[in-house]
Amino acid sequence: MFANRCLAATAWQQVTRQAPRQLFKPAFTQTPSRTYATPSNEKVAKFKGQKESDGKYCVTLIEGDGIGPEISQSVKDIFSAANAPIKWESVDVTPILVDGKTSIPPEAIQSVNKNYVALKGPLATPVGKGHVSLNLTLRRTFNLFANVRPCKSIAGYKTPYDGVDTVLIRENTEGEYSGIEHVVVDGVVQSIKLITREASERVLRYAFQYAQDVGRLKVRTVHKATIMKMSDGLFLRVADRVAKDFPNVVYDSELLDNTCLKVVTDPTPYNDKVLVMPNLYGDILSDMCAGLIGGLGLTPSANIGDECSIFEAVHGSAPDIAGKGLANPTALLLSSMMMLQHMGLTEHAEKIQNAIFKTLAEGKTITGDLGGKAKTHEYADAVIKNL
Amino acid sequence: MFAKSSQRTASALLRSTRTQCTSNPSIAARSYATVNTDIFKPTKFGGKYTVTLIPGDGIGAEVSESVKTIFKADNVPVEWEQIDVSGMQTGDKHTEELFRESVSSLRRNKLGLKGILHTPVDRSGHASFNVALRQELDIYASIVLIKNIPGYETRHKNVDLCIIRENTEGEYSGLEHQSVSGVVESLKIITRAKSERIAKFAFSFALANNRRKVTCIHKANIMKLADGLFRNTVKKVGEEYPTIETNDMIVDNASMQCVSRPQQFDVMVMPNLYGGILSNIGAGLVGGPGIVPGCNMGREVAVFEPGCRHVGLDIKGKDQANPTALILSGSMMLRHLGLDDHANRISKAVYDVISEGKSRTRDMGGNATTHEFTRAILDKMETA
Repeated sequence: MFANRCLAATAWQQVTRQAPRQLFKPAFTQTPSRTYATPSNEKVAKFKGQKESDGKYCVTLIEGDGIGPEISQSVKDIFSAANAPIKWESVDVTPILVDGKTSIPPEAIQSVNKNYVALKGPLATPVGKGHVSLNLTLRRTFNLFANVRPCKSIAGYKTPYDGVDTVLIRENTEGEYSGIEHVVVDGVVQSIKLITREASERVLRYAFQYAQDVGRLKVRTVHKATIMKMSDGLFLRVADRVAKDFPNVVYDSELLDNTCLKVVTDPTPYNDKVLVMPNLYGDILSDMCAGLIGGLGLTPSANIGDECSIFEAVHGSAPDIAGKGLANPTALLLSSMMMLQHMGLTEHAEKIQNAIFKTLAEGKTITGDLGGKAKTHEYADAVIKNL
Repeated sequence: MFAKSSQRTASALLRSTRTQCTSNPSIAARSYATVNTDIFKPTKFGGKYTVTLIPGDGIGAEVSESVKTIFKADNVPVEWEQIDVSGMQTGDKHTEELFRESVSSLRRNKLGLKGILHTPVDRSGHASFNVALRQELDIYASIVLIKNIPGYETRHKNVDLCIIRENTEGEYSGLEHQSVSGVVESLKIITRAKSERIAKFAFSFALANNRRKVTCIHKANIMKLADGLFRNTVKKVGEEYPTIETNDMIVDNASMQCVSRPQQFDVMVMPNLYGGILSNIGAGLVGGPGIVPGCNMGREVAVFEPGCRHVGLDIKGKDQANPTALILSGSMMLRHLGLDDHANRISKAVYDVISEGKSRTRDMGGNATTHEFTRAILDKMETA
């Protein structure tokens, strides 16, 4: 009797031990063919746009609110002076409510879908019930899964940190920002952090690919898997596996606490690395890195999606200085440089970028936020002169 | 002699009752109500306080050795009850037992000095002992003091902020599950009761330490319910403290402000995970994890440990560790006991040695070993 029970127990243990493995394997072998696991020349989020008959690419321009139109104008002026093969298609994204859900006008969606790429100024989220943040709506509409945030010290603007050059890629669709929350009983709230293999793999694959593209052949994941063993653990395990497909990229991982500490103490060891991490950590660290070089007015940002990508300035719309010609267009300009690189127009990107950095380094015609006196258009003119 | 032996028997007795209690929780619950509420303060036997010492992993052994030496040299009336629990995976069943022992020792002594225990990353490993300890003993408030040490130059000047962090819920709830293969949910729990508790702690702390402002750190624009509850609760509690200025800031903005203009902050109160992030950012501002002291307060138990909780496995056993964080945490403990003379003497010696700059450990740009640094502090205490 007793022996019987023992046998049964071991048999059961064997079943339970093997069952997950059996379930697990097909999931692995199936996904490659279906999604991103094919490492062959298929690139994640490859730019699919084509030149039009006049030899120019069409780009959707979302000018944004507040200072948006002014800084967009600077970008347009500089691009036309630099002869960049870009044609702008301005759209309005004032939110509309469709079936009680915040949505953007269909013309805007069509335009971005057609052009595969958009440049976006700052947007103000209308205050009031029923409106989800427009940035979030855009992210969801176009499934923008990765947020790329490079931060580079700008010569001519002094901060306590010199020589910063970090690149941070943040998962943009799930994690702590899944938006799944509920009140269990009064005074007790659960908020769910969601990590899926699919989304993790997608952003990680993009990160490795980005590392190869820009020639920073070190990728580091940032995690808190000591505490969140399953969720961040999953992210880490996927990273380990994706790393095997990129043998020329050095891969390692680091605990969030250590990253925070080390970046603030001395950010230069991160100058040759691409950091990739889940949503919340990415949000906090990317803003922190922006703080190292002088704030959000100087940092570009790219939102990469399967089909379309949106490049944006992450700063606010600053309604208090709107229309006064005081705004600093650098962030939007640098974002548009990332856009040109994404489209494969690296020569133009380099040319304009050098002109921007030169203008900032000279420090003669810089805007008020950097301690200068120049107006927005004067700054743009100075950049054009330096082209 | 007699006193010492009787004390030992007393503690042995206590220990045996404790093991009985844990085997029968109903008795434990009853005995608490009748006995323990009367003994709120740490107990003093033979003129000495008994303090649980958990050296921890990594550099723990070295730095706690340094603390012991310094305390002994200053004749501090503290008797150590050392428990060498480790979070490293040794495959030793004994580990769990030691952990239980450290919990019961802390419960008994109500006072502990602790290094950091290592937490393995892989999934087969145990849950973090550090977190388990805080949850078990309900040590709900973590205090980290971020302040420039005079004479030690860093990129930022005049930083003087204090991070108060909820220690027992939030993202560290440890509730995770895999819904289907490849989809994991991790729960963040925020409750009004615990938010209120930490908020009250923060405001009373600010009041007691002559601080002016309490900043609530949150991400309520995204986590509208969870962090919204936290923010609103802090705001409401703040209304009871009209002399203290209250404001709030979103966590990503706060970390940006921290590296660009940290002088604007005074006391900051936040949920668990943000506390981990900001205390590390803060430590980076003033010179690293080796010099930031901290303390964890519960209703009954207070555990003093280095503020930003780094194990330091990489420099373990190399005699390079900076004991400043643990020594200053130790002197915070002495102040907690009302032994201000000892505390002042020790912390003054530490500050003097650092500001003189002749003997500094490697993380502060010097080349002194842990032992040499400790020696320098001892010499300073003698001459003072």
